[in-house]
Amino acid sequence: MNILVCISSVPDTTSPINFIDDNKKFDNKNITFIINPYDEFCLTKAIFIKESVGATITVIHVGDNTNDPVLRKALAIGADKAIRVNQPARNSKIVANCIADYCQNNSFDVIFCGKESIDYNSGQVPGFLASKLNLPFINGCINLEIEGQSATLKREIDNGHEICKCSLPLIVAGQKGLVEEKDLRIPSMRGIMTARTKPLDVIESQIDNENLIQVIQYDKPLARSECKMISEDNVEQLVELLNQEAKII
Amino acid sequence: MNVLTLIENWEGQFKKTSLETLSYGKNLADKIGAKLIAITYSGENPEKLAQYGADKIINISNGSFESITNHTIADNCIELIKEYEANYLIISNTNLGKAIGPLISNDESIGYISNAIEKPINLKPLTVKCKAFSGKAYATYQSNYEKNIISIVPNSIGEITNNSSTGEVINIEKTINEKIQIITRNKSNEKISLSDAEIVVSAGRGLKSADNWDMIEELANTLGAGTACSKPVSDMGWRPHSEHVGQTGLAINPDLYIAIGISGAIQHLAGVNSSKNIVVINTDPEAPFFKSADYGIVGDAFEVVPKLITALKNYKN
Repeated sequence: MNILVCISSVPDTTSPINFIDDNKKFDNKNITFIINPYDEFCLTKAIFIKESVGATITVIHVGDNTNDPVLRKALAIGADKAIRVNQPARNSKIVANCIADYCQNNSFDVIFCGKESIDYNSGQVPGFLASKLNLPFINGCINLEIEGQSATLKREIDNGHEICKCSLPLIVAGQKGLVEEKDLRIPSMRGIMTARTKPLDVIESQIDNENLIQVIQYDKPLARSECKMISEDNVEQLVELLNQEAKII
Repeated sequence: MNVLTLIENWEGQFKKTSLETLSYGKNLADKIGAKLIAITYSGENPEKLAQYGADKIINISNGSFESITNHTIADNCIELIKEYEANYLIISNTNLGKAIGPLISNDESIGYISNAIEKPINLKPLTVKCKAFSGKAYATYQSNYEKNIISIVPNSIGEITNNSSTGEVINIEKTINEKIQIITRNKSNEKISLSDAEIVVSAGRGLKSADNWDMIEELANTLGAGTACSKPVSDMGWRPHSEHVGQTGLAINPDLYIAIGISGAIQHLAGVNSSKNIVVINTDPEAPFFKSADYGIVGDAFEVVPKLITALKNYKN
């Protein structure tokens, strides 16, 4: 079984978010970059599948060499090989096109993406991939059992859950639930040592990369004004303020 | 030129967030002198959508949101975009919307912008402000595609009733060719959808036990609010996973978020920071959440919440 896990490199959750170059670029000075948390659930799930039925796990990332550490970490966690497509990830379509291009020449039974990356929150790459490769797309995936050439999956849908069945190959957008947080694999000493011998191949993007959608400007939300404190003995005042000032009730 | 919108429904009700997209589409259609066409599946009383501005309502009667996959919806939308020569498709930023956006946008002539929070700043080229960095920033996207799909964050625009439209209902059937077999679909028990809710009452570890949630539910009922919870409380099984709001849970956008016994870790804030108003009730005056709140009460939840319920009931009368 061949599994592909798509990895994004994102600023750590507690990173300050600031912009430079006249608010046209994210300021990544002193930022710690991590594997996108949703992708980590997918990577651990891939490892569970490998341990249960046997598989080769490839991780792929679209970006420049500053993100190699994140790929090495994925190898240390348990992936077998890493691919970096050397192409700036300017928008989701470009990322998906690069990954799809790689998939045309390498067949995979399951392609995992995290539900969305915590920086842009677009969640578009798995859908674009499914479209480009003409494969079934299961999003919001919180459980997956492989049975031979098909899979039974559980999805979180708007306001509920779905159980569905689909034959392989397929594309899964995964999130918490695919594995439990306490079961997430982390790099062991052995993992880190063996990661050095695992391949990290850099390939150049072969396709014409349309750049028709781009961010032209970033802004930060206005800071909230200072919190108005209300005495616990005068809760009625809160109700008044919510009605008169905030105009909500 | 036409503006299409996809109107989701579930168990006979049109979703509030879809009515917002209809209003968004109406505003856009008026700006460019186009017709607004609503697409729905097995809608109950589809003519109702005329009140929100739909000139035409395409009711696909051989499928329902309860029974078809995102692939079918995407394929049907692609056909309808071509058939009606639409330049815009407006959808909701729901799980469904975010899945079909890229499926439809695979066509090289259609762009897709998600997480939109306001009307377009510009139309030539399409320029829209969107949520980014888990609510810590906004990114303004520009699209040079000829046609575009925009998905809108629930509760950003608000629905607007406008009865100036003809609302001609056209019932059609569309091909359904499923690659994915749906075995079951279950709606969760929540009375009010968290992603649509205008008011949300949320509680965390400060409540000390799963048994103490009655007052939270009573407060929510009094306000007509949805209920949410922090991650630890969901992990411990005190509340269902569907209530967990935060970085790895749901991101919500209510007008009012009341946080009770929640300290306000960054991961929790990531799910609720775009709430228009935040009220924090906590015994600890140093709780970080107060720094992100509009109104705060330092006190014991077990005393403050019942007082708040009484005050709200009195206010109603």
